[in-house]
Amino acid sequence: MLLQITDLRKSYDGPEGRIEVLRGIDLSLEAGRTLALTGESGSGKSTLLHLVGGLDRADAGRIVIDGTDITGLDDAGRAMLRRDTVSIVFQQFNLIPSLDVAANIAFQARLAGKHDADRAHALADALGLTDQLGKYPEDLSGGQQQRVAIARTLAARPRLVLADEPTGNLDEATAAKVLDQMLALVAETGAALMMATHSPNLAARLDARVHLSLGRLA
Amino acid sequence: MNRAGLAALWSFWRRNPLQLFTLVAGLALATALWSGVQALNAEARASYDAAASVLGEGRYDQVVPRAGDGFAQETYVALRRAGWQAGPVLEGRFDAGDTRLRLVGLDPLTAPAGLGPVSSAGDTPLQDFLAEGVIFAHPGIAEALRGAVPDRVVADSGLPPDTAITDIGIAQRLLNRPGEISRLILSDTQPMGRPPLEEIAPDLVLQPSQQSADIAQLTDSFHLNLTAFGLLSFAVGIFIVHGAIGLAFEQRRAMVRTLRTLGLPLRQLVLLMVLELLILALVAGGIGVMLGYLLAASLLPDVAATLEGLYGAQVSGALSLQPSWWLSSLAIALLGTVLAAAGALWQIARMPVLASGKARAWAVASGRLRGLQGAAVAVLLLASALLTALGHGLIAGFAGLACLLIGAALGLPLILEAVLTLAQRRARGVRWQWFWADTRQQLPGLRLALMALLLAMAANVGVSTMVSSFRLTFVGFLDQRLTAELYLGVDSADEAARLQAFAAPRTDAILPLLSVDTRLADQPTQLFGARVGPSYSDNWTFIASDGPVWDRVADGRAVIINEQLARRAGLWPGDSLAITRDVSLPIAGVAGDYGNPKGQAVIGEALFRDLYPSVRATRFGLRTDDPDALRDALVDEFGLDPGQITDQAALKRFSLDVFERTFTVTGALNILTLAVAGFAMLMSLLTLAGMRVPQLAPAWALGITRRELGRLELLRAVILAALTLLVALPLGLALAWMLLAVINVEAFGWRLPMYLFPLDYARLGAFALLAAVLAALWPARRLARTPAAHLLKVFANAN
Repeated sequence: MLLQITDLRKSYDGPEGRIEVLRGIDLSLEAGRTLALTGESGSGKSTLLHLVGGLDRADAGRIVIDGTDITGLDDAGRAMLRRDTVSIVFQQFNLIPSLDVAANIAFQARLAGKHDADRAHALADALGLTDQLGKYPEDLSGGQQQRVAIARTLAARPRLVLADEPTGNLDEATAAKVLDQMLALVAETGAALMMATHSPNLAARLDARVHLSLGRLA
Repeated sequence: MNRAGLAALWSFWRRNPLQLFTLVAGLALATALWSGVQALNAEARASYDAAASVLGEGRYDQVVPRAGDGFAQETYVALRRAGWQAGPVLEGRFDAGDTRLRLVGLDPLTAPAGLGPVSSAGDTPLQDFLAEGVIFAHPGIAEALRGAVPDRVVADSGLPPDTAITDIGIAQRLLNRPGEISRLILSDTQPMGRPPLEEIAPDLVLQPSQQSADIAQLTDSFHLNLTAFGLLSFAVGIFIVHGAIGLAFEQRRAMVRTLRTLGLPLRQLVLLMVLELLILALVAGGIGVMLGYLLAASLLPDVAATLEGLYGAQVSGALSLQPSWWLSSLAIALLGTVLAAAGALWQIARMPVLASGKARAWAVASGRLRGLQGAAVAVLLLASALLTALGHGLIAGFAGLACLLIGAALGLPLILEAVLTLAQRRARGVRWQWFWADTRQQLPGLRLALMALLLAMAANVGVSTMVSSFRLTFVGFLDQRLTAELYLGVDSADEAARLQAFAAPRTDAILPLLSVDTRLADQPTQLFGARVGPSYSDNWTFIASDGPVWDRVADGRAVIINEQLARRAGLWPGDSLAITRDVSLPIAGVAGDYGNPKGQAVIGEALFRDLYPSVRATRFGLRTDDPDALRDALVDEFGLDPGQITDQAALKRFSLDVFERTFTVTGALNILTLAVAGFAMLMSLLTLAGMRVPQLAPAWALGITRRELGRLELLRAVILAALTLLVALPLGLALAWMLLAVINVEAFGWRLPMYLFPLDYARLGAFALLAAVLAALWPARRLARTPAAHLLKVFANAN
């Protein structure tokens, strides 16, 4: 099992007291499989992805990725996890505005010491970015920026791809195209994918689907 | 990983060259001004050290003639025979072609160990010095000397500037003073039971080492003043750097978050940011060191002239590049960068990985700090008041000054915020309400540039008030003191007697300039014997006096002292001052004495002659209605060399020239500081212009044209500069008061009256507003020409 989550809990201090965002989540994901995470706004989808990606710390429970319990890792350990094992695609793309497209695609792979120029070119080609390599993020449309973010994620060959509403900023046609490309490339690399989405249509295209409601799996 | 991280960080600067330029230029300018001043100080101190180590100035007790500038070699021989361990020195001015140099003759066998040339040539043994007639000369004059003397000349960079040193026999020959000695340098160890000096050589006096001209000590306050100005300029530059780094880090928050989500550990990221800044600091520091060298090289001749005019200190006019200087300059550039970046780095280090990537609203960020800032302002201003009122010494004075300036700078945004809020409330019409509200929103982004402008303008007002007040006082002082129409010097007491007999029927009054160097109230003091008459009683004014001052002095019943001695010794009219072991006199008056670092005391001529019968005047002031006729008579009939006569106008011109050169350096640093502040304003406005589009787009969409937006940007800069000027004026006057009443008293021992110069302030105000307009012109023009597509993008991104 690539990902095993057990009794995961997380709460935050809000203006009206403590808010329990995740109230005991148990789920698992095998390598090469895809899982859709659906739920309303505030249901805890992003929080769950942040915890699995090592961006935040859980209050209780265990997250084991590829045999390693990441809940006990320090900042450096979690940074290494994000560099080498897990990679995240955000709704806001999170590209580095001062690097051109080629440098953005190569960036995470370089950080992880796994940069392969041929693979980066192949990904750019597969995602229709070959003509955009010299441009900067501000010169690209939203769909193009998200494709760059996906290429950057996959260029680093992660074992687990986390995607948080990756097409939330795109129109329906572009969203469908981008998702097609992402799913194809994830399948090609053999990585597992966990994707948070509002859209039942997109969720239906993944191998499995779980629904979050009020911090619990429905 | 590190390379990729550093490349990502660096890419920000590559995409924002203007911000990179601001950072590098700000740091380079700050380093240049600081290192330039340090180079000037280091060069001067190196010259003092050379004088002290090679010529023994200030290090050893000396025996000097009571009057005149030399005595017979036989007297020296008598002292040696009596057991006195002393080395003879002959010193004089020597003309080597067009070069006038100081020639010093030593006896290497009897001079205390360590004195004499430390030849860089290294191949000239002592025997050569003794037997073959070698002259060691500072490299700057060696060539000129080679052409003027038959002896072998060796260049020695260890010597003080414009100085040559040789065996005393050669010096006697070259100076045409055979068998003559200027002074004796005493060894530290002297045999017990040797006869007293008065017994063997009654015309000579012992001058203890601490009483000798300790140039380094005398000039300390001058150098401290320069250092303080350098520090102020550095602080203004660091304001720019702080602003540039703060803004860059704010804009990179999103990048920082992305880098961390992609797996770059926080510690590594902070280290990379530190490394990036250190690289930039080294580059900017290197440029700054080069600029500082050029600055120092251009100012050094004026500084050298000032130090020689004020203190008689010889300072090389050519700058040498000392490794310690450029290393310390680079170190200060690094330190300045660390100081300027510490806050921003601390914020990054504490930023949670999931924090908002958007640059925080500056207004909100500063609003949170407003209370803290107000408290800091109150504490600093209170500390300044306490240090001024209760502190003693120059350091306390400068600390008080620093607290005042920093407190005022921190208080400026609070004052501007209050004024802009009031303006917004009073504004009529929605457009002006928007304008004032938008100006308030700009304030946090511009506050560092405005603070730098405030400091520069206040320094300008303060220093120009101080210099102009000083000039007015000094000119008045020269008119009081330089009353004689002609001043002249003769070579001997006999000639002096003949001169007085010759001049008596041709002049209204003869004023002998009688003086000895002594110690009064434990202070090194020059004691004068005055021939009291209208020249003194009609012209001298006193800071404090008691009764008919000159009548009492003429009768030998009182003494006048200068302000320096009064303040240092705490003596004022009515107090008693011991002139010798047996004679004490009440102080009748305290006189201002500007441009003199030492204490002075004046007693009546008759009493002076009683106390120092062997001292004969060889310099005189002559009062006459027809100075030209008297000069002709002195030259043609008496046979005086024209070079021995100086007229009053020439003396005043010389003194004022020294004065003006003294403040050339201050003036240059003043203008540079103002230029740096103007640069800070330009760079802040340019940087902010790029971030202004989202704020201006709604106003444009609602009907304000781009041209009008540009005009309003210009107006905004002028209003902010004008408000800053209004704060700078009282701050500058407070600064002037502290310089005149606190720093000057502590540094030089005299207090100057303060005068106001409204026209100068109006001119400065006009320049400041012009600088603000020029600084705002380019960014405003850019805003006015922002393509509509850029403004529309704001709305596209908002959806």
